[in-house]
Amino acid sequence: MNHILVYCEISEEKQIAEVSLELCSKARKLADTLSCQVEALAIGNGIKDVEDVLYAHGADIVSIVNHKKLEFYQTLPHFDIVSKVIEEERPDIVLFGATSIGRDLAPRIASYLRCGLTADCTELMIGDHTDAKTGKTYNNILYQIRPAFGGNIIATIVSPESKPQMATVREGVMKKETYDNRRGTVRHLDAEKYISDNDFCIEMLNRQIESRKVNLKGASIIVAGGYGMKNKENFALLHEFADVIGAEVGATRAAVDAGFAEGERQIGQTGLTVRPKLYIACGISGAVQHRVGMDQSSMIISINTDPKAPINEIADYTITGDVMEVIPKMIKCYKSNIK
Amino acid sequence: MITSKFQILVLAKQVPDTRNVEKDAMKEDGTINRAALPTIFNPDDLKALEMALEVKDRIQGARVTVVTMGPARAADIIRESLYRGADDGIVISDRKFAGSDTLATSYALATALKKFDNIKLVFSGRQAIDGDTAQVGPQTAEKLNMPQITYCETLEEVTEDSIVVKRRLDNGCETVKSHFPLLLTVHGNAADCRPRNAVRVISNKKVCSLSEAKERNLDINSLPDNIRTKIQEWTADDINADPSRLGFAGSPTKVKNIENVVLSKKENITLTDNENDIDILMKELIKSHIIG
Repeated sequence: MNHILVYCEISEEKQIAEVSLELCSKARKLADTLSCQVEALAIGNGIKDVEDVLYAHGADIVSIVNHKKLEFYQTLPHFDIVSKVIEEERPDIVLFGATSIGRDLAPRIASYLRCGLTADCTELMIGDHTDAKTGKTYNNILYQIRPAFGGNIIATIVSPESKPQMATVREGVMKKETYDNRRGTVRHLDAEKYISDNDFCIEMLNRQIESRKVNLKGASIIVAGGYGMKNKENFALLHEFADVIGAEVGATRAAVDAGFAEGERQIGQTGLTVRPKLYIACGISGAVQHRVGMDQSSMIISINTDPKAPINEIADYTITGDVMEVIPKMIKCYKSNIK
Repeated sequence: MITSKFQILVLAKQVPDTRNVEKDAMKEDGTINRAALPTIFNPDDLKALEMALEVKDRIQGARVTVVTMGPARAADIIRESLYRGADDGIVISDRKFAGSDTLATSYALATALKKFDNIKLVFSGRQAIDGDTAQVGPQTAEKLNMPQITYCETLEEVTEDSIVVKRRLDNGCETVKSHFPLLLTVHGNAADCRPRNAVRVISNKKVCSLSEAKERNLDINSLPDNIRTKIQEWTADDINADPSRLGFAGSPTKVKNIENVVLSKKENITLTDNENDIDILMKELIKSHIIG
């Protein structure tokens, strides 16, 4: 059994990105099932002192590629390095964050290696598979689980004949975990061996990285609105409510697509996954691709005119009524009860 | 080989409108009732078409060809593209493509594109709403050995030999410059596609593919050139594709299992919208230190 490779993203502060630590934690669990090692691969310029945090989150081997030309992520040099490392080492599984970097890089690598790749997995597991046509059985392969077809189905995807098996996972989907007393080894790979001048044919003219204004992941209370909010003006009430109770505002994809809220507020399969103490779903019907991003909230309150809205099935409290009438009452009752 | 001075290709997909799935979209046996879902031009691909047309507006002699893979009825989105300013289009259609995952799809598209000479730019939407994978663009770029610029939001500048675009990232944006050939994927934040042009609608309304002509009992060879040649249909043989890399056989990912979404019930307390009920709830939330 070969190992699991995790492609690690580097933050502006030259630290390992959260999503990559989450992936290492998950990779550790998969590796324990398979009795294999986890390798974390980090590419950049001036990356140092990252091994301890990677060991603590599950890595056994930390491979670092530093080069002055690799200050920023660019598709082609990272493509050349990662695909050649995969060819040399032949890992069984390769995981990427489903970020603007991972979703740019992983498909290009999968195309080159002609292997399977599943985007935006919400769960990864190890199991056996018997091909219905050939009857051939494959042991210990990666189950790549994701909602599909607009979230109406949950599909388990396998790529039994493909080496490696590759998947991307959104930030926040896997839980970051630390493991005590773990050590490992660091390897420094020579960038010159992998990259060529042609890799830098796209010229970076300007780069503006904004720190995130919206902090949904850190919020303990989230007030989220769906398409049922009807318009942007109504959506403003959610901001008012959130300000009063100290919450952050989230949105469904339908609400974002309709222009009620900014894309960075999107919760769900193609947005963020959140686990707040309290999630207040306003005018959200509860399609599965939204629910996978919030169903692990400790408490869910749903406000909806439709008593049969699917979201009510996972809610602790359901208030049947018009959000535009219910929320002002909640604000009023909150203010009168808080001293 | 199809030759043009400045060839631009747009990869587009006809998709079921998964954004408005109603209850009748699922059959009783739990499978998808595709007939109940209207098909649309994938939204990101329409934005890709707009960016391609903006390039065409600025480069004399540029030609925009839309390529789609799908059933014969996908000719609809080629016609839609003609109405909005594209020059022509190709439907890549063959039973051999059935069951294709993104790898097999990108192989078929890239193989078809190799029939074009002098490709400068290939545009596609970032992702399609029925799969949301965002994989076909970068995979096609790799197969064509072209660099890629993903998530393009704005076309800043284009000349006969280079292009400058702004990319939208998770945490900011980048402005990048590249020479040709190049594949770009277009982000949902990009400009909406221009509307249909009335003159173009009139002149292209009757344009049909070979399958459509057959369906309507028309002899394609008797049709005038401007009706007959604007939508071509290519099969796996026409693009000289290796059958082992197409469809189910060429797709490393397999669907092991599909579950319909069944919600697990948990204990649920239903409240009315009267102030008394809401007051009890808010008191409870404050008392348990969930809020406040």
